[in-house]
Amino acid sequence: MSIEVRIPTILRTYTGGEKAVAGSGVSLAELIDDLEANHPGIKERLLEPKDDGDELRRFVNVYVNDEDVRFLGGLKAPLSDGDQIVVLPAVAGG
Amino acid sequence: MLTLDRATYDAIIAHAKRDHPDEACGVVAGPAGSDRPERLVEMVNAAGSPTFYEFDSTDLLNLYKEMDDRDEEPVVIYHSHTATEAYPSRTDIGLAMEPNAHYVLVSTREHGNNEGAEEFRSYRIVDGVVSEEVVTVVDSIPTPTD
Repeated sequence: MSIEVRIPTILRTYTGGEKAVAGSGVSLAELIDDLEANHPGIKERLLEPKDDGDELRRFVNVYVNDEDVRFLGGLKAPLSDGDQIVVLPAVAGG
Repeated sequence: MLTLDRATYDAIIAHAKRDHPDEACGVVAGPAGSDRPERLVEMVNAAGSPTFYEFDSTDLLNLYKEMDDRDEEPVVIYHSHTATEAYPSRTDIGLAMEPNAHYVLVSTREHGNNEGAEEFRSYRIVDGVVSEEVVTVVDSIPTPTD
């Protein structure tokens, strides 16, 4: 099983400069654990601890096949072989 | 230093004035690694707020896909402040995630939607450290001679 994950510039320090890496998992949560196993430190940049467990950081956007994962169940979003994931930090400020 | 052509500079200020009292935001894309801001892309402020801006998440994805297809990157990321100086706020610094970009701030606090000179300043924001840089406006950005 292979899922392509596109990595934004700011997180490429965790992927040896690679713009895209392969991962696996049947949900976004599993995929992120798999990424962490191969690219230690990346999980903390994507997730933040909340009372009910980890959540996607407010200003990190994750897309599954071009759909914002927040509309697909967040970390529970189901994934399958061949899915394409894009990670983009929000462009935002005050 | 940020070097910007006059038309783009004027268009960023016009965008900020038009959207006042809400914050305006956008990027100027350019060839990856070139540091040449060539293509202005005005973005919608999904927050629709005088004190906050955020690119809409779908627009953000489309923008980055388009830049990828064209081998571009965001050379400039701009937004306006509507009541405060053109200096990055704590939030701006905390959320700055493009270490290669010039972060441009325009303040519309003096003239709002009306004519009048506006503050236009540029910064690098890397790992929470802000460095202001000189802005040079030229008629057109010289073509690289290679």
